[in-house]
Amino acid sequence: MLRYLLNKIALVIPTLIGITICAFAFVRLLPGDPILAMAGEHGVAPARYEQLKEQFGYNLPIWQQYARYVGEVATGDFGVSISSKRPVMEEFKTLFPATMELSFFAMIFAMVLGIPAGIVAAVKRGSWFDQSLMGTALVGYSMPIFWWGLLLIIFFSGYLGWTPVSGRIGLQFFFKPITGFMTIDTLIYGKWDAFRSALSHLVLPAIVLGTIPLAVIARQTRSAMLEVLGEDYVRTARAKGLSSARVIGVHALRNALIPVVTTIGLQVGTLLAGAILTETIFAWPGIGKWMVDSIFKRDYVVVQSGLLLIALIVMAVNLIVDVLYAVINPRIRAA
Amino acid sequence: MKKKLTFAAALLAASVLGGVANAKTLVYCSEASPANFDPGTTTGGNDFDASSRTVYSRLVEFKHGGTEIEPGLADKWEISDDGLVYTFHLHPGVKFQTTDYFKPTRDLNADDVVFSFDRQFNKENPWNGEKYLPNLTWDYYTGMDMPKYVAKWEKVDDLTVKLTLTEPNAPMLANLGMDFASIVSKEYAEQLEKSGKMADFSTKPIGTGPFQFVDYQLDSVIRYAAHPDYFKGKEKIDDLVFAITPDATARIQKVLAGECDIAPYPNPADIGTIKANQDVTLMDQAGLNIGYMSYNTTVPPLDKPEVRHALNQAIDREALIKSLFQDAGATPADNLIPPTMWSWDKSVKFDSYDPEAAKKVLADAGLKEIQLWASDRVRPYNPNFQRAAELIQADWAKVGVKAEIVNYEWTKYREEGKKKDRPGAFQIGWTGDNGDPDNFFATLFACSAIGVSNYSSWCDKDFEDLIQKAKKTSDQGERTKLYEQAQVVFQKQAPAFLMAHSQVYAVVRKNVSGFMMDPLGIHRFDGVDKAE
Repeated sequence: MLRYLLNKIALVIPTLIGITICAFAFVRLLPGDPILAMAGEHGVAPARYEQLKEQFGYNLPIWQQYARYVGEVATGDFGVSISSKRPVMEEFKTLFPATMELSFFAMIFAMVLGIPAGIVAAVKRGSWFDQSLMGTALVGYSMPIFWWGLLLIIFFSGYLGWTPVSGRIGLQFFFKPITGFMTIDTLIYGKWDAFRSALSHLVLPAIVLGTIPLAVIARQTRSAMLEVLGEDYVRTARAKGLSSARVIGVHALRNALIPVVTTIGLQVGTLLAGAILTETIFAWPGIGKWMVDSIFKRDYVVVQSGLLLIALIVMAVNLIVDVLYAVINPRIRAA
Repeated sequence: MKKKLTFAAALLAASVLGGVANAKTLVYCSEASPANFDPGTTTGGNDFDASSRTVYSRLVEFKHGGTEIEPGLADKWEISDDGLVYTFHLHPGVKFQTTDYFKPTRDLNADDVVFSFDRQFNKENPWNGEKYLPNLTWDYYTGMDMPKYVAKWEKVDDLTVKLTLTEPNAPMLANLGMDFASIVSKEYAEQLEKSGKMADFSTKPIGTGPFQFVDYQLDSVIRYAAHPDYFKGKEKIDDLVFAITPDATARIQKVLAGECDIAPYPNPADIGTIKANQDVTLMDQAGLNIGYMSYNTTVPPLDKPEVRHALNQAIDREALIKSLFQDAGATPADNLIPPTMWSWDKSVKFDSYDPEAAKKVLADAGLKEIQLWASDRVRPYNPNFQRAAELIQADWAKVGVKAEIVNYEWTKYREEGKKKDRPGAFQIGWTGDNGDPDNFFATLFACSAIGVSNYSSWCDKDFEDLIQKAKKTSDQGERTKLYEQAQVVFQKQAPAFLMAHSQVYAVVRKNVSGFMMDPLGIHRFDGVDKAE
């Protein structure tokens, strides 16, 4: 087990180096630079442009800039945003809980609906339920998040008035964040109406962000279940005269969940990518919106450090999933 | 133990901060997060709405809803006959805001004014560079050519400040009404410098303006309270909240649902829906902007005015504007400056649509192919460069000119476009900074702007003489005459195809009163009230 873990961790290092190169290069491959992005229609005189480039350190050879970046990151210094002048790490720490909270609820939504739906579809294979569920899942999987979000806002918030349009909590609630998780903070303060407001603000964005994972989980659960249901031990269990619920719920499901757990782990990347659009539509103050804004401003520092931090988190989650996988499936450890 | 203490502190904060429910609160759904709250260091309209127009005041102010200059922190001022010395007399007893992070011990005085400008150019001032914030560029101070014109700022006595210029510069007064010219507290700066927390100056602002800063939750909500000792009288609304909502559709839905009271920049496609709604008013105003297309006047055959006129005549401008702006509408441009700006010459008319006449001139000049530039960004003066390019391409095809559309990403677009040898016609535009005609004529078409923002590389002696003379004259009547002549020269020489001045919109709930559209594109909340 230890060796398995060490192997996985050893893989992290080259991946990290790759990410620093990509994050550093991609933002520089975009046309323009922060100075031009800031100048707008005003333009900037050539002499002043050169002067600013020197001030920002962008006149240095590209490898020197990269070396400086890696050197700083290695010592835990993620730099200061070019546009807001705030430390990147500080902004990240403020914004990340919002993204995590939203992703968590999106995942709960996807799992609570996706796993049972997949099981039922597998058990009733070929039925109208199975067919329509798989059809819907395909639609959900191909849904453009932007359009889907606006559609839900216009219908549920605009037309029906059931949910708030956007934001994290009603504006009348105002308190200093403790954990940064709105649902937890409101409970710590003991404010039930604020807690309800935070939950109601989560409904639409969680549905929008959870739609693609929901479709993926439902399809994965169905196919894993189908495979397991055909196994000998399931037939044996049925032959023993066990109730159908026990056969499906205990004997089949436990084995079918192994690939589903992996799928759920892999959805973390999907969630963070989806957060970019979801957060922009719902004015959700998280890291997705932060990255988009920074790319438009050509804020090199935020983009390269922010991407690195996000990649670190995705890798950490994948590592945890790998370990969990080994725990629930002993065959992996031996391999 | 430490955990317990934090928890107790948090509870206390909650009970203190929680009790704002009954106050009169105005919610503004803003379009983007401010970079920070120091207007000297930022450049975006959304930055200024959140800092200079709420927290700060200036020596002079733009009239609410207009571009005329009126007294601000300075009750009155004198300009010497040679136009070189400006003497400002400050309003006595102006209070800085008292907050939980700063308690002023004195009123505003000349030191604050001198410091507010000194920090933007004096390399010796500790607030000018790295010690305060990394990579400071003071974009507007340099962009408005202040280093060139300002010789010195001096304190005469506590309530008198003297500004000396290197040469006469009539737009200077308008510059001093701009956001970068906001007056900050020297006492607050000194206090932060002593405590080693200089960066707080940009995140916890202190000014003399109508609202004081309370809290900012990054990318989410900004809270202000009315400044109780505001020198023009306390505002009617108690609390002002900016709910940052970047998506235009979500923003408008929020106003319709009553989650916010005012929202700017609706999508043109939503204008019809908003007009039909009973609960909200759609406010609009001709923007202080111009969408145009620069011909490179140094590359033959575009160096000949008659060719440029012919290209203008070949474009069906009315159809173009209708197709681009749809329900939102725009005013066809006759001059570079919009009709709302002083010195606009109503006798000047832009080239009328006449493809037949154009065809002949263009054939004689041998113009068969041209580059037509378009970018990907939505701008207030042009919602769709690509669509505009396609329509113009079709119009030019009818007169025998084949246009090749050249596309670049927005940042690269401007970098390529300003090159002196850039061929063809380049779509661009401008939104005014300070309401002074100089800010259009000189910024966009002065000889010195070639390679910066003169995309036509146009340097016309008559035009240049007129605008330079107008810049040095302080009498507005005389300046008006000079700019009127400049507009006549501009029409004759036609360095650009002038498209339109677009409308600017905001959606406001019916129970809000006193909100005004502003030609400079700023959003101000002083004087705004809300019926419960």
